[in-house]
Amino acid sequence: MSGPVAADPAPRAGRLSPTALVGGALLAVAVLASVLAPLLVASDPVKPSFSRRLAPPWGLGGTPAHALGTDNLGRDILARLLHGGRISLSLAAISVLIAALVGILVGLVAGSGGERLDSLLMRAADVQLAFPVIMLAIAIVAVVGTSPAALVGVLALSGWVLYARTVRASVLTIRRLEYVEAAYTLGASDLRIVARHILPNTMAPILVIGSSQFATMVLLESGLSFLGMGIQAPRPSWGLMLAEGRDYLSNAWWLATIPGLAISLVVLGANLLGDGLRDLLDPRA
Amino acid sequence: MRAYVLRRLWQSALTLAGVSVLVFVILRVLPGDPAKMLLPDGAPQSAVDELNRQLGLHEPLHVQYALFLRSVFRGDFGQSFQYRAPALQVVTERLAATVQLALAALLITVAVGVSLGIVAAVRRGTRYDYASTVLAVLGQSLPNFWLGIMLILLFGVALRWLPTSGFESWRHLILPAVTLAAFPMALVARLTRSSMLEILGRDFIRTGRAKGLAERAVILRHALRNAAVPLLTVLGLQIGTLLGGAVITESVFAWPGMGKLVVDAIFFRDFPVVQTVLILSATIFVVINLLVDLLYTVIDPRIRYS
Repeated sequence: MSGPVAADPAPRAGRLSPTALVGGALLAVAVLASVLAPLLVASDPVKPSFSRRLAPPWGLGGTPAHALGTDNLGRDILARLLHGGRISLSLAAISVLIAALVGILVGLVAGSGGERLDSLLMRAADVQLAFPVIMLAIAIVAVVGTSPAALVGVLALSGWVLYARTVRASVLTIRRLEYVEAAYTLGASDLRIVARHILPNTMAPILVIGSSQFATMVLLESGLSFLGMGIQAPRPSWGLMLAEGRDYLSNAWWLATIPGLAISLVVLGANLLGDGLRDLLDPRA
Repeated sequence: MRAYVLRRLWQSALTLAGVSVLVFVILRVLPGDPAKMLLPDGAPQSAVDELNRQLGLHEPLHVQYALFLRSVFRGDFGQSFQYRAPALQVVTERLAATVQLALAALLITVAVGVSLGIVAAVRRGTRYDYASTVLAVLGQSLPNFWLGIMLILLFGVALRWLPTSGFESWRHLILPAVTLAAFPMALVARLTRSSMLEILGRDFIRTGRAKGLAERAVILRHALRNAAVPLLTVLGLQIGTLLGGAVITESVFAWPGMGKLVVDAIFFRDFPVVQTVLILSATIFVVINLLVDLLYTVIDPRIRYS
């Protein structure tokens, strides 16, 4: 990072903690396995095969051909898990990216666009926060329908506020610093001040928010799919797999257990990484 | 002080106005034909025309919004098609079950979260600290729908200790309340730990110990009281988490509250009910956070707003 020294939350020791590394590794494994899904598993994640329904995982009476067992329609759970990961993880990543871009933009405008615009945008943030995200998402999805695009839109809408508030606060502080005032006096344009001084100074907290928010987005997406308002059957999605497995708790517990474990590990990974990044980049928090 | 109260009241009113605009946009502007959406499938064209006239859908948007706002203030949120009763009545009938669940979860959140946080801070670096941190990280990472299902699997299916669905006795409340509390409990534990650590390092704590106060009194009366303000802020904001989490928890445990109602309403395309739940839950959130802010002045006499 090439930001100026005064307000720069500079890395202290410059090393991620071991738990953060574990988190990063968990996340990396999940992403890699999902990306490489077509190479890793041969079974079709969507096509039913009624002759081998509800087979238990390998080692618990199952076969290595279906290492994590099969579901109520005889589909290979590992294949559905990895293909579902592609959907769940990419939706979450795209949502985080859009939320960050929108939030940064709103924060910049609010922080440098005058008092009226600022209070208007901050009230809008209050309104956004007044709704439980999942209820807002349910209402929007109910109206516009369940498409991946709608899902990303809803998730991004739920996430912009944190970035906007952070960037706004840092714009308000940085603008008053002497060297920034000096730059203004020397005739630097607003755009230049933003690009050279303000953005580099906010990158650290944004990275921290983004990493923790990825966890939230995975939870929200799978929660909506679990309720039947996200990814639709027969496409695999972790939340949907969990919902389908709920009816088989007493005779095939692995159906609901395995996708939930996948969600938990990814969310845990992103949370640990986010915590580590915060300790590293933002010692004040 | 009075100026502060007035300013917060004004802000809350503005937020609620924004809430109404957002709900209006989602349910009246986003759909192409809101009258069709607000009526049951197969409603005769005459009914559609009648509702169009009532909602003023041929009027410009700002007039439509004014009509919408007027009906909201009259408590007229439309008729639920699923229950054939006023939507507001349908929702408020379910509100008690949600409040009961949320209060139980809040109790667990505060009791367990604060205790875990205190133990972790006082025994910093020991295995108690470690265990409490692990619990907190897990609480924030386990999806509540999965946690709920795993609790059902363990306590309902395998051990048969507790009922797994329904709304009959306090025993039915245990599993859903624990499920709903997990996430905010973890947050409260972490926050309590960090603010206690910060406060335990301050001069007045050293003074208290030096003058021979019992450690118990130092921690509970002096340190915890100072940690109360940030805790209360977070608890206020967690009302949103509890109301949102109730949607999923109530669906998992068939708990007959507002959350399950709104999920069922989507499948029946019962938009008057969806609209009511949205407005009601946002209003609850805004009002509770206003009360929390006003409560600060009582808890912490040092806070004086001009």
